[in-house]
Amino acid sequence: MAAGGKYWVTLTEPLIRKNPVTLQILGLCSALAVTTAVDTALTMSVSLTVVLVLSAGIVSAIRRMIPDTIRLIVQIMIVASLVIVIDQVLQAYFYDISRRLSVFVSLITTNCLVLGRTESFARNNRPLPSMIDALGNGLGYSLILIVIGAVRELFGTGKLMGAQVLQTVDHGGWFTPFSLMLLAPSAFFLLGGLVWAIRSIRPDQAEAQEFVPPHAEEVRR
Amino acid sequence: MSDVFNLFLRAMFVENMPVTLFLGLCTFLALSRRPETAVGLGIAVIGAMGFTVPLNQLIYSAVLAPGALAWAGFPEIDLSYLSLIAFIGVIAAAVQLTEMVIDRYFPRTYAAFGVFLPLLTVNCAILAGSLFVVERKYGFVESVAFGFGSGAGFALAVVTLSAIRSRLAYADLPDGLRGLGIAFFLAGMMSLGFSSFAQMAAQ
Repeated sequence: MAAGGKYWVTLTEPLIRKNPVTLQILGLCSALAVTTAVDTALTMSVSLTVVLVLSAGIVSAIRRMIPDTIRLIVQIMIVASLVIVIDQVLQAYFYDISRRLSVFVSLITTNCLVLGRTESFARNNRPLPSMIDALGNGLGYSLILIVIGAVRELFGTGKLMGAQVLQTVDHGGWFTPFSLMLLAPSAFFLLGGLVWAIRSIRPDQAEAQEFVPPHAEEVRR
Repeated sequence: MSDVFNLFLRAMFVENMPVTLFLGLCTFLALSRRPETAVGLGIAVIGAMGFTVPLNQLIYSAVLAPGALAWAGFPEIDLSYLSLIAFIGVIAAAVQLTEMVIDRYFPRTYAAFGVFLPLLTVNCAILAGSLFVVERKYGFVESVAFGFGSGAGFALAVVTLSAIRSRLAYADLPDGLRGLGIAFFLAGMMSLGFSSFAQMAAQ
């Protein structure tokens, strides 16, 4: 099963080794903005993965018919139509979460992750591998979102998925919530720490040094 | 008048696009290695937001809003679900048009920051500007102030970050933190700093 093995690699590679968020710098905006709680992070992950897989499939299926000069506009229009569908579904069935996500569902349209994958992979591959690649990237993105969402919700409010895990002081417990966790800066620090952790485990991802200091002997001379 | 100025300051400092609302982060982090590129990107963003946000506001209030087609004799039609696709179309077209005009008449400017123009289409900050205008029901004058304010805020943040990062090229950082990792920490500290502007504009 050589072909099956290749698909497996395409699917699992974006999880950690080529993670879209921490290595390729794609899709950051939403990754940070919706992670104050796990349920919004989860909704966002599912919506993005659906849009990503479907748009990769469609773009790949019509890849020979799109003229090269207007391909960006065509791709954006496909993505925007899918996003409108998702947005309407969320508003119909999950109105509360849809209110809390505010404009961020619509912003999936300009999420660089979607365009990045259609542009770099789906445009040159057959529909099935493109959709598997999209699914892998969607899962890699979801992984980061859920980890950050869980940390922020747990330490910011003591809850997980809305259920009280750590008893807060207000309710007679021992846990004092870190309100910083719910504010913007903490998301940057957490993601920075996550990038650092992944790159310490996998040193091949570390970026090269831009400036190499001269040796001590050369300076003395 | 003071309201409009207030809105401008608010969009620029209090609700700064990249560091407090997390919008446009991809370009914010990817193009902030050198101050020169950051300045080019900042100018391009100010231009794009100052132009497309008011234009989208006009399109929304004249065509897409519920009941907006009353002047054409269709008062019961609500096209607001099409706003997303209309906005992104306007932005993509405006960017493409600007690129062609600059390429034709100002080739030197095109060489300097023409490369950033296609990126603006996928910059979430620009689309979000138009979406916020609809969500918060701004009028035309307010949307001009909001568009320029947000663009200026983005430019300010990206130029500042690039200045810090260019200095850090000489710092001895742990291997895993170099590049993207430290950029996140810097953005986090800038975000802390910007939160002190919160009291500047009246609520």
